[in-house]
Parts: sequence; C-alpha cells; structure tokens
Amino acid sequence: MTTVITAILILFGLAVVFGIILGYASIRFRVEGNPIVDQIDALLPQTQCGQCGYPGCRPYAEAIANGDAINKCPPGGQSTIEALADLLDVEAVPLDAEHGEEQAKTVAFIREDECIGCTKCIQACPVDAILGAAKQMHTVISSECTGCDLCVEPCPVDCIDMIPVETTIANWKWPAPAESRNLIATDRGRGALQQQEAH
Amino acid sequence: MTGAMTDFLLILISTVLVNNFVLVQFLGLCPFMGVSNKLETAMGMSLATTFVLTLSSVCSYLVYSALLKPFGLEYLQTIAFILVIAVVVQFTEMVVHKTSPMLYKLLGIFLPLITTNCAVLGVALLNIKKQNGFVESIAYGFGAAVGFSLALVLFSAIRERIAVADVPVPFRGAAIGMVTAGLMSLAFMGFAGLVQF
Repeated sequence: MTTVITAILILFGLAVVFGIILGYASIRFRVEGNPIVDQIDALLPQTQCGQCGYPGCRPYAEAIANGDAINKCPPGGQSTIEALADLLDVEAVPLDAEHGEEQAKTVAFIREDECIGCTKCIQACPVDAILGAAKQMHTVISSECTGCDLCVEPCPVDCIDMIPVETTIANWKWPAPAESRNLIATDRGRGALQQQEAH
Repeated sequence: MTGAMTDFLLILISTVLVNNFVLVQFLGLCPFMGVSNKLETAMGMSLATTFVLTLSSVCSYLVYSALLKPFGLEYLQTIAFILVIAVVVQFTEMVVHKTSPMLYKLLGIFLPLITTNCAVLGVALLNIKKQNGFVESIAYGFGAAVGFSLALVLFSAIRERIAVADVPVPFRGAAIGMVTAGLMSLAFMGFAGLVQF
C-alpha cells in the first residue's frame, strides 16, 4: 500500500514541478502578438491608405502573415515588395495594378480660400494630419501627410490638390538601395525593431 | 582521462554511425519522412531535435537516478520519461517561438510532434538499459541526435535532388522516398562491426 502511495506522490510531485517550470517559461518567453506581423508592418509605408483593400497597414501585415499576396501596396512600390519578399523568403512579384500604380510621393494641399470648413476631410484622414474646425478654414500639416489621397474624395468643393513633393536641398536624400533590407520603405518604427532584435 | 575520452568517442561513433537511430534501429521515422522535403526545414528540425534529445536524456537520467531508483519505482520509468520529454519539448517550443518565429512557422506541427518521436523515448530507455552514467547519458543522447541529424540532412538533400529528377510516374512522391531511405539504411548497415560496443 505504501509503495502505491509513494509512487503516486512521486509522480504527482514531478508533474507539479514541471508545471511550475512550464508556467514560468510561458511568462518568461511570452510572445506578444505575432512577431512576424510586427516585422512586416515595419516594412510597410504606414500611409494607412487602404489601397490594398485592408483598413490600414497593420491589417494588411496580418493578412500577409496569413498568406496574402505581397504586391498590393502601391505607396510602398517595388522596393517594399522586394523587402517583403526578402523577409518572407518568397519570390518578388511586380505590383498588382488592380490596387493602383506606384506614384511619386505627394502631399495634400487645401486651397484655403475655397474651403468651406465642412470637416469631412478631417474625418477621412487616417493620420490626423488635417487641422481645422467646423466652419473654419482647414489646412494640412505637410510633414504629417502620407499622401494617401483619402481626403480628396470626400471634399464637397474639390479644394484639395495632391502636390508632388519637390526635391529641395532641405529634404533630398540618397536613394534607398533596393537590395538592402535595412534601408528600404519607411524608417518609421524600424529603430525600435532593430533594438528589439539586438536584445 | 584518455580512457574516458576513448569511451566518449566510442559512444559517439557507435550512436552516429554504427547504431544510427533512424537508419539502423528504425526509430524516429515520422519526422525522417515528414520533414525531409526541404533541406532548410530539415536543418531546423535537426537542431530542435538535437536540443530536445540531449536535454531530455540528461533530464530523464536525473529523474531516474534521483527519484525513481531510490524509491524502487523503476517500473514507472516509461511514464515518467514521457512526462519529462513532453515538458522539454514544450519548453523548446516556447523558446523557438520567442527567438525564431520563422523557424517556428517552418517546423509547424513537427515541433510538438518531437514529443512522439520514439527516438527520444528510445534514448532515455536505452540509457537505463545500458546502465549509462551521467556523462555517458549526455554523450549517448547527443550522439543519437547527431546521428538523427546526419540521416535527416543527408536524406533531405537527396530528396531535393530527386524532386528535379525524372522519376517514373508510379514511383513519384512517397514511394521513391521509401526506396531512397531503404538504400541509405543499407549503406549505414555497412558500418556494423566498425566498433565493438
């Protein structure tokens, strides 16, 4: 009888110890969300334009992680597709024309004397880059604007233009080498991601 | 010291080549056939299995000698070892998930399936049967894992070549895989008698 009880106690103790170890490990090695989604999201241009058919860059990153095509992002263009292909180890494919064409970077500009202050563009802006109030003139904070076109459509008086960003001495940059995975697409959030990888 | 080193080398050669777990003792065939389609996946699987096999053979030796033997519970060794292996695999899965999400995705279902890889339980039980000591258990587990990795990587490299070869239609897929595995097994049988151990 005692042997049976010892056997049960020993196995029970073993299981409890292992349970504690696993419980600690699941806290210590917790994975927040899906890390691959973070990596994909960091490569997308963060215009939140929805041209891919998803309501923003993060949902598209999740869709890519679940196997969607990588060529649905016109603002990112070919360099983003190549970066994604490199990350996910798949073939780089040309941009899907169905979702729009790659264009030079633009910013929205509101012709201010025509603006009636309806606030419709403010509601449409995914990055909160339009300043203004009801019946007051609106304007675009050009450094925040991602050039996503979403404010053009709702404007009832068509006073928003998309102006190509002209290269000046102040904002000129070296062209990003398309081959390197560290320098393409946007730099937004990349620093934090690299720090994470370094840890 | 020299004697210990010779013993160590003998165990390694014995487990890697002469008594290769996959190709001579036919243990752990599920991942051997299942994960050998791509060389890269096979390498990831080899690394994960090496880690699990070595760690679980050490852990099961410790559990056996520290818990089961003093209380005369040797008959519980199988169930206790299964518990140990399951925990080690689960732990490895968490670590891999955290450190390398890509490898985690590639290995997929085969990572938790290391639990049911009979080579892992086989090594733990054989360690007891052969009355291996602590260091010998480590060497035996590590050697078995290296042998498993060698067989898996060689096999997957061959399968990658076969994928582009002109195989007769009835032999395509699993059939040619089995034929290849059989031929490899024959080749490894040739090591028998290399070491008397």
